Amino acid sequence: MKKKNRSGFIIACVTPAILLFIIFMIIPTIDVFRMSLYKWGGYTANKTFVGLENFMKLSKNPKFYQAFQNSILLIVVVTLVTFSLALIFAYILSREKIKGQNFFRIVFYIPNILSVVVISAIFSAIYDPNQGLLNSFLNLFRGGDPILWLGSQKLVIYSVAIAMVWQAIGYYMVMYMASMANVPLSLYESASLEGAGKIKQFFSITLPLIWTNIRTTLTFFIISTINMSFLMVKAMTNGGPDGASSVFLSYMYQEAYTNSSYGYGMAIGVTVFIFSFALAGVLNAVTKREEIEF
Amino acid sequence: MKLKRVLCVLMAAMMVFGAAACGGNDAKTSQDNSDKTEAPEQEDTEDKADTEDKADENTDNEKTEAPEETTGATGTLKVAAVETAYGADMWTEICKAFEASHEGVTVELTIDKKLEDVITPEMKSGVYPNVILRAVGAESGLTETFIKDNNLIELTDVLSMTVPGEDVTVGDKILPGFIENSITNPYGDGKTYLMPMFYGPCGLFYNQGLFDEKGWTVPATWDEMWELGDKAKEEGIALFTYPTAGYFDAFFYALLHESMGNDKFQEALKYGEGIWDTPEAQAAFDIIEKLASYTESTTPANANDDNFQKNQQLILDNKALFMPNGNWVIGEMAEAPRAEGFEWGFTALPAVTAGGERASYSFFEQIWIPNDDPTNDDMSRFDLSKEFIAYLYSDEAAAIFAKAGAVQPIQGMTDKLDGDNKLYYSIYDTGAVAVMDAFATTEPVEGITPRSTFFDPINSLVTGDKTKDDWVSQIKSDSDQLRAALKE
Repeated sequence: MKKKNRSGFIIACVTPAILLFIIFMIIPTIDVFRMSLYKWGGYTANKTFVGLENFMKLSKNPKFYQAFQNSILLIVVVTLVTFSLALIFAYILSREKIKGQNFFRIVFYIPNILSVVVISAIFSAIYDPNQGLLNSFLNLFRGGDPILWLGSQKLVIYSVAIAMVWQAIGYYMVMYMASMANVPLSLYESASLEGAGKIKQFFSITLPLIWTNIRTTLTFFIISTINMSFLMVKAMTNGGPDGASSVFLSYMYQEAYTNSSYGYGMAIGVTVFIFSFALAGVLNAVTKREEIEF
Repeated sequence: MKLKRVLCVLMAAMMVFGAAACGGNDAKTSQDNSDKTEAPEQEDTEDKADTEDKADENTDNEKTEAPEETTGATGTLKVAAVETAYGADMWTEICKAFEASHEGVTVELTIDKKLEDVITPEMKSGVYPNVILRAVGAESGLTETFIKDNNLIELTDVLSMTVPGEDVTVGDKILPGFIENSITNPYGDGKTYLMPMFYGPCGLFYNQGLFDEKGWTVPATWDEMWELGDKAKEEGIALFTYPTAGYFDAFFYALLHESMGNDKFQEALKYGEGIWDTPEAQAAFDIIEKLASYTESTTPANANDDNFQKNQQLILDNKALFMPNGNWVIGEMAEAPRAEGFEWGFTALPAVTAGGERASYSFFEQIWIPNDDPTNDDMSRFDLSKEFIAYLYSDEAAAIFAKAGAVQPIQGMTDKLDGDNKLYYSIYDTGAVAVMDAFATTEPVEGITPRSTFFDPINSLVTGDKTKDDWVSQIKSDSDQLRAALKE
């Protein structure tokens, strides 16, 4: 009797959450998959079922591949740079006694609380070809035509990447610092008695002990790069010049909301969904290690 | 301890500042993000004010629930309009005036700079406004979607309706050309589906003061243009800049019309087979290629929705001579710093050959009725909406719009204008040809938009990432697909 009561209680507690999850997560996701099989303008009621035609068109579209390439480039570059810098800064800030430790902690974290629009405005000002901070500084060393950070098709995607790294470092640094704080000091002490240097300590003690945390953040990196790159691109370049900085979601937005091709846009959404799921799965499998207890 | 307290205060201050900065900036971007057709926006009029207005109207109307009279149509009319530089007040006033002249009618007005964001959720659940004012060419493609889906109500009969309170028909009042073009008759079958509203000429803007100072004359042909470009280059001034590549639409239509003549131009708008290989089309491409080489070199870096004003600023700073634009730019740049002696100048495009045609594109907004239920054949439910549209062409309504600077294509309207406005609208009196068509409507073609095919690559021409041949071959292959998707 008592047991039955308890499971009833559990069900009562869990039902609202499950209901909400189904209504707001599962059903919309299924809906996206369903809509990707239709030709639909997005505003009116005319929908035609076209099967996998949207995906066929997608596979032949050079602009989609351009967006795909840019997204992958951003995922790789932003993840690698942010990951290594955040890890190094976290290690220094949590292990070394330096003046103004808290100050640095705050300074690194500030970009994260700024809205993307503010960050884009800041970087637009930095990258401005004529009055921008970056070009004014570089002009001390070089003459000639100004560098078009957001205007050159070869540079623009890296310019976006720099802004994204700047924005993300603080967040991951704080995550790594939190787990580094859990590593027992005694391990470092005995290591230094044995004659291990700081770098050796980092690779042999810190890194293995925060590995679980690192694996989690790698998944975060993929998801947040895909999402943040859209916001950054939308606010900084709108995919320009001539599509050179378009990414997955900005291309999807352009098709779904400005080209009367909502179904096609959803096909892009489905592709991105599967891609990011697969990538996260692969990363998770590759980084699997035996967990070390301390 | 003390340090901690100071830090706390600092942090708190920073958060407040951060919050304020975010808020301020958000408001700004929602304004800046506006695309070209919304570009006329200049002031930050709060959306809230609109909803308040709406509430006011509703309460006002409860008093005037009197029996209907001549018009016969009663009920509630939901009007949705995009807010542009002309402001929201004129629409509030129009709705009140319409209610006053049509007893028993209540008008619910939705007006917003981002109209789509406001009305889309309702439309997705099947509730449509009765009348929508939104031009084709907006980023959202709202109007295009309704055209492509055949979900507009035919308005040809509105042309033969008598303007409420007057004894002329709507069709008689509208200027010639505005109801016989491919925008208002999107399916090319002689039937009107969209009614022309406020219009404005687009052309090249420049600093008249600079021309006076240097003793330069405004070029009448493209050859003179290049000569001027070389002269200006010696003085360190670029010949040309553009706000964003999207601004080339009006420019491109006018240029094509100049070089091809009307018949071939109409064919080009329908993506006619082989049309882009004709010498006339090639001449237009050559001009744009050459223009790209005369374009201020930093232009592509700022040619996006957030920074386009920096390109417009080049004109004010005498760093570039010409830019394609519409008359809203004056309001848009009203607060911007400018070179001494600056004075706006405006001209049609130079002629391709000496003595040839000079064209100026006429941008106009459209008002239309969405079909809320394609399965319902009872057209009488649109009577009130049609009555409202007819009313918009009355002298009474035109005067309200004109007060806010919004000019409709109504006979005799330009005579009533004064000051700056007269300069722009008189461009057609001085010999420029008005062009007002747009690319023909197709079924949606996934992955291809006129903007990304025709205009965005101009950025690449300026930076040298693409050649003219790359551009033209892309236009040709995309045109093939668009032609195949043309509406019958």
